[in-house]
Amino acid sequence: MREETVYDALDHAHGGEGQWAFGTGFDEPLAGVDTTVPTGIDPADLGEYCLMLGDDALVLAQRLTQWVTAAPELEEEVAVANTALDLLGQARLLLARAGSVGALGRSRERATPSIPDEDALAYFRDPDEFRNTGLVEAPGGDFGQTMVRLLVAATVRLAVFAQLRTSRDPVLAAIAAKGVHELTYHRDHAARWVLRLGDGTPTSHSRAQAGVDAVWPLLAEVFSPTDVERRLTAAGVAIDPAGTRAEVTAVLTQVLEQATLRVPAWPADVPPRGRTGQHSPELTTLLAELQGLARQHPAATW
Amino acid sequence: MTATTTADRGQSRDFGPSARAVAETVTDPELPLLTLADLGVLRDVRDQNGTVVVEITPTYSGCPAMGVMRADLVHALHRAGFPDVDVRTVLSPAWSTDWISAEGRRKLAAGGIAPPGPAPARTSGPVPLSLGPTQRTASCPVCGSPDTEEISVFGATACKAMRRCRTCAEPFEHVKEI
Repeated sequence: MREETVYDALDHAHGGEGQWAFGTGFDEPLAGVDTTVPTGIDPADLGEYCLMLGDDALVLAQRLTQWVTAAPELEEEVAVANTALDLLGQARLLLARAGSVGALGRSRERATPSIPDEDALAYFRDPDEFRNTGLVEAPGGDFGQTMVRLLVAATVRLAVFAQLRTSRDPVLAAIAAKGVHELTYHRDHAARWVLRLGDGTPTSHSRAQAGVDAVWPLLAEVFSPTDVERRLTAAGVAIDPAGTRAEVTAVLTQVLEQATLRVPAWPADVPPRGRTGQHSPELTTLLAELQGLARQHPAATW
Repeated sequence: MTATTTADRGQSRDFGPSARAVAETVTDPELPLLTLADLGVLRDVRDQNGTVVVEITPTYSGCPAMGVMRADLVHALHRAGFPDVDVRTVLSPAWSTDWISAEGRRKLAAGGIAPPGPAPARTSGPVPLSLGPTQRTASCPVCGSPDTEEISVFGATACKAMRRCRTCAEPFEHVKEI
């Protein structure tokens, strides 16, 4: 077999049948990783939980990617794209983990058999099968609101991941341990922007405050556990999101106060919505953009 | 998990220097001046019932080069006469810039990329917020001046930040600590 180019080598490594045109194809994020589920953990619950965490990252990555070619300056465009890439990587690992325990739902019936599980989940689920919170699916607004939402979402996710490092599922624990370092960069980068905008000009201050006021109501469902999270928390696998409230509140209050922004009233908790598949119409629009081409040409290869 | 610790590596018989030596020549697709071994991405090479088992770890979760690394390793080992190769991903422990070798740091600097300083301490519990300007320092790889500033903590690849030298005004990349 002649392997003269990187493509040849990749093609050879994957059977020489060409690669699906839209997804991850060549690269399996959990290749060689032991995906055995430890005893006492319900695989269906674990898969559902990985979809929750994976979908949060996938949808937020897509929202951030919408800034590419439109960010206020080149360096920030690179930063936003980098952040999205990290989140996409976390999403791939988590969706692959979900696939490894069979949490594929109807996606596998819709996707071409040769497409990896992570891509079947990303491209061939309908909106009501997504498990992300409304916090990440809301449109980004202006740059100030985008940074406020990134600050809030990264703060919540970092608090969750920091605790998941000791999950009884070793795959989830490893994904979390890696993600913590990335999320620390995301949170602190967004926080510095909120400081600059809040404590900047009258215009940047008022627009950052408008961003805060728009994002804050989205926190209402974030601290409400689903039954899956409750069961997995009892099993030492997941963490109850209510347990992150103190840290999240403290971090966000510190940033906003230093940014001279007003901390809005914390919204009253509501039952989980996005985690149970109840989404805003904006998710449908976002997924149409994310999935449209792959669904129109489900067997395309290159 | 297939992550191997130093302790359990002793249980597998090594192929001797050759398979490891071949794997150690494979370069990083995005930083071709360094080998995967220099970067600390190559975690282990061992014999498992006649198969060369190679373990690699991603630098960042979204590292887009893992597929190319895997193919390059397989390709190099095939050419060197090892027909059975299994390249496995290990996720734990997470990669750290502290794993970049002294030789890797020398090559980075020679290539105009400032090597990383010590990675932040890995602690359990909540991660403290850092709101001030980053305190990282990096000497200019062009003129050697220590008087440099950060332009952006995110650069052209996931692992690099962008800096500028205040002495010679040259912009340069810096492998950021993680």
